[in-house]
Formats: sequence, structure tokens, C-alpha cells
Amino acid sequence: MYDLEDLYQEIVMDHNRRPRNFGELKEPTTTADGFNPLCGDQITLQLSLEDGVVVDVAFNGVGCAISKSSASMMTEELKGKTLEHAENLFEAFRKMITRTPGESYDSDLLGDLEILQGVSQYPARIKCATLAWHTLHSAIQDGNEVVSTE
Amino acid sequence: MFDVEKIRLDFPILAKEIFGNPLVYLDNAATSQKPRQVIDALVDYYENFNANVHRGVHTLSMEATDKYEDAREKVSSFINSESSDSVIWTRNASESLNLVAYSWGENNINEGDEILLTPMEHHSNLVPWQELARRKNADIKFIPMLENGTLDMDRVDDLITEKTALVSAVHMSNALGTINPVRELGVKAHRMGAKILVDGAQSVPHMPTDVQELNCDFLVFSGHKMLGPTGIGALYVKKEILESMEPFLTGGEMVLEVSYEEASWADLPMKFEAGTPNIADSIGLGSAVDYLNVLGMENVREHEKDLTTYALNRFKNADLEGLDLFGPDDPNIRGGVFSFNTPDVHPHDLGTFLDRIGIAVRTGHHCAMPLVRSLGVAATARASFYLYNTKKEVDILVDGVTEALRYFRDGPN
Repeated sequence: MYDLEDLYQEIVMDHNRRPRNFGELKEPTTTADGFNPLCGDQITLQLSLEDGVVVDVAFNGVGCAISKSSASMMTEELKGKTLEHAENLFEAFRKMITRTPGESYDSDLLGDLEILQGVSQYPARIKCATLAWHTLHSAIQDGNEVVSTE
Repeated sequence: MFDVEKIRLDFPILAKEIFGNPLVYLDNAATSQKPRQVIDALVDYYENFNANVHRGVHTLSMEATDKYEDAREKVSSFINSESSDSVIWTRNASESLNLVAYSWGENNINEGDEILLTPMEHHSNLVPWQELARRKNADIKFIPMLENGTLDMDRVDDLITEKTALVSAVHMSNALGTINPVRELGVKAHRMGAKILVDGAQSVPHMPTDVQELNCDFLVFSGHKMLGPTGIGALYVKKEILESMEPFLTGGEMVLEVSYEEASWADLPMKFEAGTPNIADSIGLGSAVDYLNVLGMENVREHEKDLTTYALNRFKNADLEGLDLFGPDDPNIRGGVFSFNTPDVHPHDLGTFLDRIGIAVRTGHHCAMPLVRSLGVAATARASFYLYNTKKEVDILVDGVTEALRYFRDGPN
């Protein structure tokens, strides 16, 4: 049996209470919206890009503790990183969250994001954790399009 | 005598534990649990009577047909239908509504006609009408809702006009618990020559239903919310209307005579039941109706009203700062459905927390997205009760919510 604390670790709760980079950028170069129709969670992600590097990032919206803290941690991780690195993180994060028990993931690459690995034990909450990341992926791939988890 | 502890023993799943805690099943508006009697009826059918119906001359087929039609009689009596020919088997309330929208709607809704709905409809009593209105260039209107989650009945006379072809209303809201005055709506609809459809998905399982007393033209409901199996539902249509309706699905079973060029239709109710029907689950639903009849639907309603009164009080008096409980606070016009929201804890986090202590609640928009949005929230948590729930379970719920709010505010310790 898994403890509730595997999911709601202290760091997760802290990001939920005080989300980082929460709000809007003055001059974003890319904006993308994400929506989870199942639970009504919604996120707007703004990126300020220079030469393929994320110089600033912000998010806004409504969501549960998992989706909010995941978005918050993602924005902290992205600053100063290249889009290529961001895409690698997206793939690694998705793999970690959707893995079957015993399957490995790139914990070196993910760093602090590994705190959310417990979500993989809660199938109903996977989309909460990945919403921000899917929104990022769509911002990089298509730019300015609404992405849905369904 | 309505003995809830004795009733609980009939439901094997209620003995289950979730993470070491007794299951507190409060998601009955989504689906109900099944008593041993219904499960046994399914097994009995497959072990002793399985054959196709209305076909063979062999003994098994005749026995299966008898049991299948007997189940229709039971469901028909349960809603006090004039005749079991008026009761059509469907998969669920959604299919019943689609049957009406296609079969009756295609021939009776014309350009410029109006369909009047309530703002608290389940998507199943909204989307088929949106689609029909789009095909026909008809309009959909809504009866306004008051702050307390009841309909603004003062506005209904102005909204039902000679343009109105259909009033379709949910009897008991799956999101608010509101019991709507559908009989009164029917009187007003008929006065202007419109038809009245009652969505009984939440009311038929929880209170006595009498289609003659309601004087409704259509009633839809689902078996799985009233102790029956999934995959079986019913549609009641007044006979004179049903006789004028064209088939919805065509093929085997629903025909009288077929040539290579054309076909004629079987009599009611089979005209609306193409293909091999859901024999086992119809029989299962018949068994669920037997079970409910032994308890008495008046007693079921009284028990749930009692629980509702108790829960309203507990919610009001608990230390639940900022908790918004939606719906009317009068148990006489409310079923055992409790949708609520807390500003600091998202419904999904609350749902996960409650699950860990064994409580099953629904979180989200409850298939009523426009309604939940109009409440100013993205989602709610919903606890919904049935005949086997107890006051002790209300206590476990309210204490659990209190504990969850503390957990997300102060952390695990």
C-alpha cells in the first residue's frame, strides 16, 4: 500500500500553497493553453524565448495540488534551458509518470522533478501531473494552440 | 420495517475494505451497488434459462421469453404505466433520450419550434436536443434557476408558448439534488400543446414514480442506478404517442414481415427493439424492482430524506470554513445528493484524500458542465446517498472532509 504522503510530499504541498512563476509575463513570445475537460483544470503557459532558450516563463490557471505544483516545478526547471532540453525533460517526465511498476526512468535528467514520481501509483491523477508538460510540449511544437488531455 | 443494517447484508460489496478502511460508498448518483438477489438472478438466468427470446419453439427459449417479458411487466408496474407495451428496453437513459430525439423529434420538431430545458440537465438531456435543434433549425430555451438551485417557476408561463414543442426536465438533479416540480411543468406544457419529457435517471431509483399521476409523455431512466445491472435502461412513452413514432433502429426482432424490397414493423414494444435484446440484464433489472418493492419506495424516500436532513445539519454545523454546499436546503425538495466546493482544496485532491480513508465520492463536473460552470467553479466534489447508507457514514464523510481541509492547510501532521 502506498501512503498519501508519496503523492503529497511536503515540497509538492509547498508549491501548491505558493506556486512559483505564477502570473503573467509582460512580453511573452509564446503562449499556450492547456485544458483537462475531465476535471476542469486549466492552465495558460507563457514563455519568453531568445535564440531557442527559455529566458522567462510563467503560468496561470486553476487546478488541483498536483497540477499546480507540477506546473510550478516545471517553470523553475525551465529557466535558462534550451527548447531541446525542455523537450527531453517532457519525454523523461512523461515516462516517469506513466511507467509501470519496476520500469526505470532518467532520474539524473529529471532532478528535483523526481519528487512527483509517486503520481505513477495514482492512475486517476496522471493527467493532473502531465497537463503543464503537455501544454509546454504544444507551445514548443505548435505555439499558441489549446491542448487537451483527452 | 426499514432496517438499514439488515439491508446492508444483502450487498456483498459493502463488506469490502479500501486501504484497510470499510468502504463508504457515496457515489450512488453515478451507479448503485447490487444486492445478492440481483447478482443471483443474473447467474440463475445464465445457468438455467439462457436462450434467445421470441424465436424458438423449444422450452428454453420460451422460458427465457417468459422471464424477459415478466421483467418488462415488473418495470411497467413499478412506474405505474398503463401498459407494458409502453415500456421500451434501452441500454440506459441516454439511449432512451436519443430514441425520443430521433424517432419522435425528427417528425415533430420543426423549424422555429422551441425546446424548453432546465439549466441543470445532465449532458444526456442536453446534447441530443442541441443536435436535433441544429438539424431542424429549432431553438432551445432554459428555465432560469434561482440562487438556491431551484427553478424560477414564475418565469415558466412566459417561456412556454405556442412555439414550444417539448419541455424536457430532470426530475432530480444529479449535481444539486434538486427535485423539480415536473408534474406542474407538464400541466403548463400540455396547456400550450407541448409534450413533457421527464428524465428520471435520479428520481426513479429514489422515490415512488407514477407516470399516470405525473401525466408525463416520456420518462427515461437507467437500471444500474436502481440496483440493477449496467447496460439496461428503459423508456416509457404514452401509448398514443408511441404508436405514432417511427422505429429508431431497424433490423431483426423489430419486424413483422420482410421481403427483399421492404419490411413492416412488429407491434409495440418490439417495434423499438431491434436485434437480440439484453435479456440477462432486463431480468436483472426485474429482480432489482422486486427488491425495491419489498422495501417500498415510500420507505426508501423516507430513509434518504432522513439522511439528507441529517447531512444538511452536519455540513452546516461542522468546522468547514468556506465550504460551499450547493442546492436547496429543504429536504422535501432535495434528494440525497451533496455537491460542494472548498476554496482551498481542489475537489480532486479531496477525492484522493477521501479515497484513502475508504470514502468513494465523485469529483468533477458530473456530466453537467454548463451547470457547474454557472456555479462559478471548475469542478465540485459530490457525495450521493442510497438506501443502504447510514448516518454513521454521513459522520465519516463530514469528519473526512474536515480532516482533508486540515491536511491540505497544515500538512500531514
